[in-house]
Amino acid sequence: MTPRRRRLMLFSSVLLGVAVAAGIATLAFRDNLQYFYNPSEVAAGKVPVGKRFRVGGMVPKGSVQRAPGSLTVTFAVTDFAHTVNISYSGVLPDLFREGQGIIAHGKLDTSGVFVADEVLAKHDEKYMPPEVAASLKKNPNGPPAPAAMAPSIPKGVTL
Amino acid sequence: MIPELGHFALSLAFALALAQAFFGLAGAWQRRPRWMAVTDSAVVGQVVCVALAFAALVHAFVVHDFSVAYVANNSNSALPVLFRVSAVWGAHEGSLLLWIFILALWSVAVAAFSKSLPASFRARVLGMLGLISVGFMSFTLGTSNPFLRLIPAAADGADLNPLLQDFALAVHPPMLYTGYVGTAVAFAFACAAMLEGKLDATWARWTRPWTTVAWLFLTMGIALGSWWAYYELGWGGWWFWDPVENASFMPWLMSTALIHSLAVTEKRGLFKSWTLLLAIFAFSLSLLGTFLVRSGVLVSVHSFASDPARGVFILGLLSFFILGSLVLYAWRAPLLASTAGFGWLSREAFLLLNNVLLVVAAALILLGTLWPLFMDAFSLGKISVGPPYFNAVFLVPGLPLVAAIGIGMHSVWKHSKLQPKKNLFIILACIGVAGALSVLAWLGHFSVLSVVGFTAAIFVMGSAVVEPWQRWRGGHTVPAAVLGMSLAHFGVAMFTIGVTGVETAKVERDVALGIGDSANVAGYTFKLVSTRPVQGPNYNATEAEVLITHGGEAVATLHPQKRTYWVRTMPMTEAGIDVGFHRDLFAALGEDLGQGRWSMRLQYKPLIRFIWLGALVMAIGGLLAVVDRRYRVKKPVADSDTAQV
Repeated sequence: MTPRRRRLMLFSSVLLGVAVAAGIATLAFRDNLQYFYNPSEVAAGKVPVGKRFRVGGMVPKGSVQRAPGSLTVTFAVTDFAHTVNISYSGVLPDLFREGQGIIAHGKLDTSGVFVADEVLAKHDEKYMPPEVAASLKKNPNGPPAPAAMAPSIPKGVTL
Repeated sequence: MIPELGHFALSLAFALALAQAFFGLAGAWQRRPRWMAVTDSAVVGQVVCVALAFAALVHAFVVHDFSVAYVANNSNSALPVLFRVSAVWGAHEGSLLLWIFILALWSVAVAAFSKSLPASFRARVLGMLGLISVGFMSFTLGTSNPFLRLIPAAADGADLNPLLQDFALAVHPPMLYTGYVGTAVAFAFACAAMLEGKLDATWARWTRPWTTVAWLFLTMGIALGSWWAYYELGWGGWWFWDPVENASFMPWLMSTALIHSLAVTEKRGLFKSWTLLLAIFAFSLSLLGTFLVRSGVLVSVHSFASDPARGVFILGLLSFFILGSLVLYAWRAPLLASTAGFGWLSREAFLLLNNVLLVVAAALILLGTLWPLFMDAFSLGKISVGPPYFNAVFLVPGLPLVAAIGIGMHSVWKHSKLQPKKNLFIILACIGVAGALSVLAWLGHFSVLSVVGFTAAIFVMGSAVVEPWQRWRGGHTVPAAVLGMSLAHFGVAMFTIGVTGVETAKVERDVALGIGDSANVAGYTFKLVSTRPVQGPNYNATEAEVLITHGGEAVATLHPQKRTYWVRTMPMTEAGIDVGFHRDLFAALGEDLGQGRWSMRLQYKPLIRFIWLGALVMAIGGLLAVVDRRYRVKKPVADSDTAQV
């Protein structure tokens, strides 16, 4: 092979590799985008059935219920217009508490309960997840939402 | 008074940085030796002033000067002294000052170790570093002054975030920043070369050690962050594909590519413009990383605009350096054409493959990191890109990359001469498969991907040992650079083993345990023996005692804690971990469920130590490569293959 043809082959194989990588990336990208919905959007039926998504809002006082000694807990999130009931079985994050903004990952079941496999509360007691802050701010009936704070830690849980 | 002195010292440093930038760049342009000579004094003066400013801020933290707003927001009278010092870089303003301090240290190191470089080139490098310093100092002084007074002074401080009250996190930012800022040196070398219109093998030889040092600090910084997240965030993961993590990982991928591309530029005079581009990308991603983490843009694109001065300044600074250098590149790079050819399976080809794979990975990670920001900025919906995306886009280029290391190390420059090594590769591959299968039999798990991962890792390990050994047996001396390269690749293989092991066979269970109850995780029995209250210097905690047995024999006793810090009343999980070379056992205390039962997270993490040990070995390899005698040439070597413009 002449050096020229060799180089041509090299570049075309590199190009092929990049194309394959880009293709796989596109597929992975499409399957792994997770949309955020607030409780009003969930109530309005905007969420595709059976699809994983994120829901977030304020956990209202008195909504956290657990059979004593059980790992399974139920609670609600609200944007002060609508609420979504959430069920979760596992260890809750440190900053999960009533009156705190949280985000849950999971799916709706047939009875309209959101079954979460992951619950996130950012690692700062003053922090409000941005999506939650924005959706609370939009609602004029709710209490004034605290502004989203810049994270004062360099690393946290992905929202 | 001392905070004002600190502020004054920083302002003085700003003036000196301006002088350094002007006399360096203009002096080289106008060919005025006297102007160029000024840069050295400016560099030294700047580092002294910045050190004074930094010391003033440390002093304010140590003596609890709560009349300084930054101290009042990030410290407290009950905070132990070590964390009062690390609180200096615990938030935005102080971490910018640390950035500037580290840049000043790099500049003075470049000035000290580059006496043998041509005067105009040296002046341009120092001038560029001065320009970067000017940018950061004007940002800090203009929008983020850490010395701002709080009137009236606070009675006590709001405390440092409890998550940051940890040793690994005290040293993680300085390490990471040393790496980030180190890419500025490679960037300055690249800009100087473009301004000179001259880039040759000597240039690559000057640039290589600086890039490698920056890279090894980045490696250590990222590994420390991952280790911290593992034990301190409390839930046992080692990497979350958090935007903040990605922000440090992308410059690492680029610097890794740059190190390899520089090797080709030095040895063969090829990939010149590509090397320049990589130096620009690595620094740009470092800048982007600094701002992504510190500006609040990740929290919300809209909160970023809540402080318009900072937002506009950041964008201005980013576009000045990125666009400016790219324009310079477009103007100058076509003059740096390289002509030599190389074979299909030559070392150049393998390094090109390395570069393509690393850059593809970095680009796809950048896409996943920035996409949610774009969507948010244009109000197209709130999305997040899940870890499976990042796993996929990293694995697809990552696995071929590891596999190619094993073969590429044995390739030679210019020619495709792998034929004589065919038997070696077959033997190594057989050892790899056998090793992979026995490790998987021990782990009790099996998947195609895990076989591929372990095989590739063992192949690379063998290859990394055989290559220098063959050189030595053949009667050649083995230079430190080659040993360093082999060691770093050995580290990559260790890292691969760790990742493959953890991701294949980890066991994570959430359970509810009463006192005396036990749960089984991967053959280990975790028994909750007792819980008791304990008190720390600035927190109260509940401490559990967890006894772990395996086949009836006691393995370890763990003491996980649930802490509540006094000032921020923030609960914190302090995991109990039994560290082992072959596996970690992990217990974290959740919450009191009532009826004397606690929620707990129990984990078995096989081979997880290899992840951080691998990173450590990579960094040591880098260190070894830097001390190679080749880089200690005092007199500039006569240019053999100069691409004079």
